[in-house]
Amino acid sequence: MATYSTNEFRGGLKIMLDGDPCSIIENEFVKPGKGQAFNRVRIRNLKTGRVIERTFKSGETVEGADVLDIELQYLYNDGEFWHFMDTNSFEQHAADATAVGDAAKWLKEQDVCEVTLWNGTPLAVTPPNFVVLKVTDTDPGVRGDTSSGGGKPATLETGAVVRVPLFVEIGETLKIDTRPGEYVARAKE
Amino acid sequence: MLARVRDYFAQAGVLEVDTPVLSPAGATDPALQSFQTRYHGPGLAHGSSLYLQTSPEFPMKRLLAAGSGSIYQICKVFRDGESGRRHNPEFTLLEWYRVGFDHFDLMDDVETLLRSVLEGLVPLESVDHWCYRDLFIESAGVDPFNASVDELRGCLQSHAIDPPVGLSPDDNDGWLDLLMTHIIEPRLGPGLVFIRDYPASQAALARLRPGTPPVAARFEAYLNGVELANGYHELTDAAEQGLRFEQDNAQRVAQGLEPVVVDTRLLAALASGLPNCAGVALGIDRLLMVAAGSNSLASVIAFPLNDA
Repeated sequence: MATYSTNEFRGGLKIMLDGDPCSIIENEFVKPGKGQAFNRVRIRNLKTGRVIERTFKSGETVEGADVLDIELQYLYNDGEFWHFMDTNSFEQHAADATAVGDAAKWLKEQDVCEVTLWNGTPLAVTPPNFVVLKVTDTDPGVRGDTSSGGGKPATLETGAVVRVPLFVEIGETLKIDTRPGEYVARAKE
Repeated sequence: MLARVRDYFAQAGVLEVDTPVLSPAGATDPALQSFQTRYHGPGLAHGSSLYLQTSPEFPMKRLLAAGSGSIYQICKVFRDGESGRRHNPEFTLLEWYRVGFDHFDLMDDVETLLRSVLEGLVPLESVDHWCYRDLFIESAGVDPFNASVDELRGCLQSHAIDPPVGLSPDDNDGWLDLLMTHIIEPRLGPGLVFIRDYPASQAALARLRPGTPPVAARFEAYLNGVELANGYHELTDAAEQGLRFEQDNAQRVAQGLEPVVVDTRLLAALASGLPNCAGVALGIDRLLMVAAGSNSLASVIAFPLNDA
């Protein structure tokens, strides 16, 4: 794997730190009037998601991390692993619960997700920004209600629970924004 | 702003000078990296290496030794490797020397200049003077002159700062620099702060003041937390200066850096007699930045490196 000097540090660069793959968020060059220069770097540990600050003596080199973001299609969950496939090479990847994390509740078969691979193994899964999911359970709909105001919880086919307008019925499909985890609209399907 | 600076020195009877940007000799300080370029032309058919100045200090001292009296200069200086929110590899320096001054007189001069230049722009809230050692004890709770590197590391940890990557445990000044940038500077607060009496190992071109331990007659000025100026009661001893150049170059070689050609013309000028004087270099871009209430040089440099 390549090594990077502090002069190559920039947002998004993937490096190894304390044995974990990390992504650089922000890099600041500091130097007292006379004397040593340092790089103060904010870094996200890609395994834990934790953001830390580390200082490097300027000119130091660190090992790069073999981290790759690719688009993979979600296939199925076997109870332990979530299986994804590269639709070009048909290569399959199995992600464990740590890698999938909160994305699990949005994953529907055949949706395409961004998967972060470290040394070929899934490290993190980002669901699509918008997903279309069927309502499996909610209180009966209220006819004539508009989407403004109020709302009620609805359980979706993947198990996620979102707040929806009162008129939504069981069996309807909804468009959901996964980033805030919010209802957007009813989907035509 | 430059007009105000020139007014100030005109009234003080300090002469404006202009010295070469290119020189066959450079700054030896291991923490300063010079740009180099090649000259080809009459007398040097095969070319010769020239450094772009990191500051106009050496030629200005040669003028002082030749009897110029107090002088100032506003010029571009060049430092390789320095780029960031508060650094640009080329920037404008105001450097001046006052004959007969020591660094205490010169700190007063810096304050008076800043008051006159900043009038009507930003108020100078307060002026504080600190000794390097007292400031470390007060702000970081550690004695910089006696603490071991382990104690300095402990001090960083107590401020929730992880030990740095790549800093050798032998590099005592490196650890002190780290405390300075990470703990001391962020706590300086608003107003003008002078820090003086640096460790002898960080004297650069300042003379040493006898004491236990001896300290460097060097000061730094910070304005609203931004490092603005570095000044010395100048070293006039040619032999001592030659020795420091050699030590710098030895340290450069140990760090895997190219040694720098030593300015023998400066050493000759010191040997012929540099008058007792104090000098200071002040970053004009940073002063503008503070005057504009900004936190980034990019807002006051029309075309920083990535747009030059």
